Amino acid sequence: MREEWNLFQDGIWTKEINVSDFILNNYKKYDGTEEFLVGTTDKTKSVWNKCTSLLKEELEKKVLDIDTEHMSAIDAFEAGYINEQDDVIVGLQTDAPLKRSVNPYGGIRMVYQELDAYGYKLNEHVDTYFNKYRKTHNQGVFDAYPTSVKKARHVGLLTGLPDAYGRGRIIGDYRRIALYGIDFLIEQKKKDFEALDSPMTEKTIQLKEDVSGQIRALEEIKSMAKRYGFDISNPAKNAREAVQWTYFGYLAAVKENNGAAMSLGRVDAFFDIYFERDLKAGFITESEIQEIIDQFVIKLRLVRHLRTPDYDELFSGDPTWVTASIGGVTEQNESLVTKTSYRILHTLTNLDPAPEPNMTVLWSEYLPETFKKYCARMSIETDAIQYENDDIMRPLYGSDYAIACCVSAMRIGRDMQFFGARCNLVKALLYSINGGVDEVKNDLVIEGFDKNTDEILDYDKVHDAYFKMLEKVATIYSDAMNVIHYMHDKYAYEYSQMALHDTVVRRLMAYGVAGLSVVADSLSAIKYAKVRPVRNELGIAVDFLIEGEFPKYGNDDDRVDSLAKEVLEKFYHELQSHACYREAVPTLSVLTITSNVVYGSKTGSSPDGRKKGEPFAPGANPMHGRDMSGAIAALNSVAKLDYTSCCRDGISNTFSIIPSSLGHSKEEQIENLVSLLDGYFIQNAHHLNVNVLNRETLIDAMNNPSKYPLLTIRVSGYAVRFNRLTRKQQEEVISRTFHERI
Amino acid sequence: MKEFNMTGFIDSIETFGLVDGPGIRSVLFFSGCALRCKFCHNPEMWKKTGKEYSVDDVLKLILKSKPYFKRNNGGVTFSGGEPLLQVDFLIGLSRLLKQENIHIALDTAGVGIGRYEEILNLVDLVLFDVKYAEKNGYKKLTGNEIFESEKFIDCLNQSSKPVWIRQVIVPGLMDNEDYLKQLAVYLKKIKNIEKIEFLPFHHLGFSKYDALGISNPFVDVQEMDKLDCENLYQRFLEIRDQL
Repeated sequence: MREEWNLFQDGIWTKEINVSDFILNNYKKYDGTEEFLVGTTDKTKSVWNKCTSLLKEELEKKVLDIDTEHMSAIDAFEAGYINEQDDVIVGLQTDAPLKRSVNPYGGIRMVYQELDAYGYKLNEHVDTYFNKYRKTHNQGVFDAYPTSVKKARHVGLLTGLPDAYGRGRIIGDYRRIALYGIDFLIEQKKKDFEALDSPMTEKTIQLKEDVSGQIRALEEIKSMAKRYGFDISNPAKNAREAVQWTYFGYLAAVKENNGAAMSLGRVDAFFDIYFERDLKAGFITESEIQEIIDQFVIKLRLVRHLRTPDYDELFSGDPTWVTASIGGVTEQNESLVTKTSYRILHTLTNLDPAPEPNMTVLWSEYLPETFKKYCARMSIETDAIQYENDDIMRPLYGSDYAIACCVSAMRIGRDMQFFGARCNLVKALLYSINGGVDEVKNDLVIEGFDKNTDEILDYDKVHDAYFKMLEKVATIYSDAMNVIHYMHDKYAYEYSQMALHDTVVRRLMAYGVAGLSVVADSLSAIKYAKVRPVRNELGIAVDFLIEGEFPKYGNDDDRVDSLAKEVLEKFYHELQSHACYREAVPTLSVLTITSNVVYGSKTGSSPDGRKKGEPFAPGANPMHGRDMSGAIAALNSVAKLDYTSCCRDGISNTFSIIPSSLGHSKEEQIENLVSLLDGYFIQNAHHLNVNVLNRETLIDAMNNPSKYPLLTIRVSGYAVRFNRLTRKQQEEVISRTFHERI
Repeated sequence: MKEFNMTGFIDSIETFGLVDGPGIRSVLFFSGCALRCKFCHNPEMWKKTGKEYSVDDVLKLILKSKPYFKRNNGGVTFSGGEPLLQVDFLIGLSRLLKQENIHIALDTAGVGIGRYEEILNLVDLVLFDVKYAEKNGYKKLTGNEIFESEKFIDCLNQSSKPVWIRQVIVPGLMDNEDYLKQLAVYLKKIKNIEKIEFLPFHHLGFSKYDALGISNPFVDVQEMDKLDCENLYQRFLEIRDQL
């Protein structure tokens, strides 16, 4: 074995790239309490104080600074520091903290809008280059989009598509750099390159070209690290190097790309092995370990991308989704929780509760009780944790997967994803009633459908038309995705991230839907009550009058919950029938992040009684105020949606409760939250965001933002500082169902 | 089995009750109550106007929450209204819940129509609402004699089931030394007390009076401050220990 691996247990990992095998052979599980955790060091305080004031300045100016001279690339910027003498972990995206870089590969028009919004001007050379000589991803996409896709995009049937910004949702296995060193990774890629041989089919040519680019990217990562004084050719020798080199991998990714969500992966057990080795040898103290973790997390918190004001409206609060997956168990149900799982969560205490990294606990029945309770306590104190069900993901992805963005699971270094934003299911329903005409813009979007002219909507008729409409919509959606990802690979390929994947990867085509609860309730209203459309002079239903009661999604009532399931199954089945670019496997998510507000604003009144412009519920949540039977009934409705055979890209659910409803004392609250999570996940539910806070606090924070600079809340799939949401989104969050009783 | 077909009147079911007994609980709010407590925050449950459910319907609903009951004796709480008034339904449902091994808590003022031994035999915990610890005050506040609740207490003592005492604290009525003493003396009559909860009077039920068009006798009474209520509880413990 190599000397850097001294004292590590041998395994397959020493012969081939296999970080998972390294972890399973070497990690030490921890079943104890949080007692061992320590506070911040002076160095960390110095660095974090500097960041706090920079972050405050940034909040006032929205964007602290932009480098308009360089284009984003792995090795384009001089070394940058926060406080050079106190930076324990080094590396910034540009040469200064929070200074954003310009990434024109996605689309040059976006760059103009971005720079315009903040009063900057682009370097002339870049301008000429991208206008005259080089095509962008965005131009490529529009050169190939069929008219049907353009129409669907224009009216908001498909929204948030990554056709003008980075698709993201790719997680490089950044740990490989620490464990193997860059040179070994290059060697392996060269072997893969040679193995790709005749016949030179389109598929082989494309992959061969990719691998060449990946090798160059690895060289660039090495050169970038050198600017900071590190030679990362060989494996990391100690814990600090292991964290630093892993971070260099991640840093390269966010220097090169501006993906919507660029997640970290899963590092807790991996880092812990190095910490344990150094602790045993007496090379490091607990305080020094926490210092490394705190400073690593500070770096992750400073990641920024340049976005347009439109983008901010869709995804509020400058999110980067540096999702960190924590905990989980092995395939033998042994806990993967280590002391470092605690140390990472402890940064929420040591620094402050913050949205990034997006703390994601992989929950399992088999997690140690002590860890479950610690997580619950941190949720109650910080609202900064989301939970995802390891027990349903592990059978599909093994024990070394991580979450990208909010809810998308992938095997680290073995899977990649083609992010697909989402389709507006409510609009599709309205189109099936209105003969394919958009109810807001009056454009004919989908041909081949008659307008429904019934005085009272007939369930079978509407159902039939809707399912036919979903078939058409799936075709358009699939076409859009294939074009987007073909062009993204061509014009904005993620070399640094794909270099840290196996050469032959599984690709997931990640479709998504919005407005599920509105559709379920609409169908239920049509089925169980009388729904009378109010039509305008063009015969478009612009409103709906409902007579009588109907079951509503969110009350654990199978009559309506089954409708939600049926719609998802139908849509997924249709999507599956279309071939995907690069043989990707189609998956589906029920997730909106904050875009439920924008989707709602673009959608007319719906048969469930929701009025034109009103927000949808986020993700798979029931509509606000319609879950009348308490939180468990609401959770049970969501738990019925099928992860394993239908929505493998995730089912997001956000749960907010006021502290006093969760129990009298803190201990009771912790116990009850653990019971809640256990009870929810044992029914094969997938995801839960937990907010424990008072509605009054939120209203006060909306009116007096300066009083609550740190207030963090979870919004379907990610956490956000409350004061960075738009007023409209703040109001929407406040109006959401809070579980409280008198 | 005949139990399945029995029906009862339920105002509503809260599936996520965390403050009416241990753990996570399904709380069944029974319709109908003989008392007319002036501080009542559920006046919509005075009359037997809820929705009619069969024992079977209710059991099915409760079983959906069973995965959440695992820890800390989570389970079902019968509340209301007054669960003791729908005695056949209560007993029928409790028998079936026992077969499912579900923890049962009974939240009651003890003012029912008998068969208390039979009921107490089936429940695991009693949340006993002390309305007022002295008989004249009790009558003034509830419109009823304290006598019926004392019958229930006798049975409760014989049953040796654990008891959590709940006392609503209304400013001006219970927040004084004299009352705390009366309460301490009164509670000596109840065996197996595990816990005593002081619940601060609040205004969250006021809108219900407006909606129902019932005049609210305590409309001018202030909410009880939570911290004062906690201090009062500490003072109560001192008084009790000196007895």
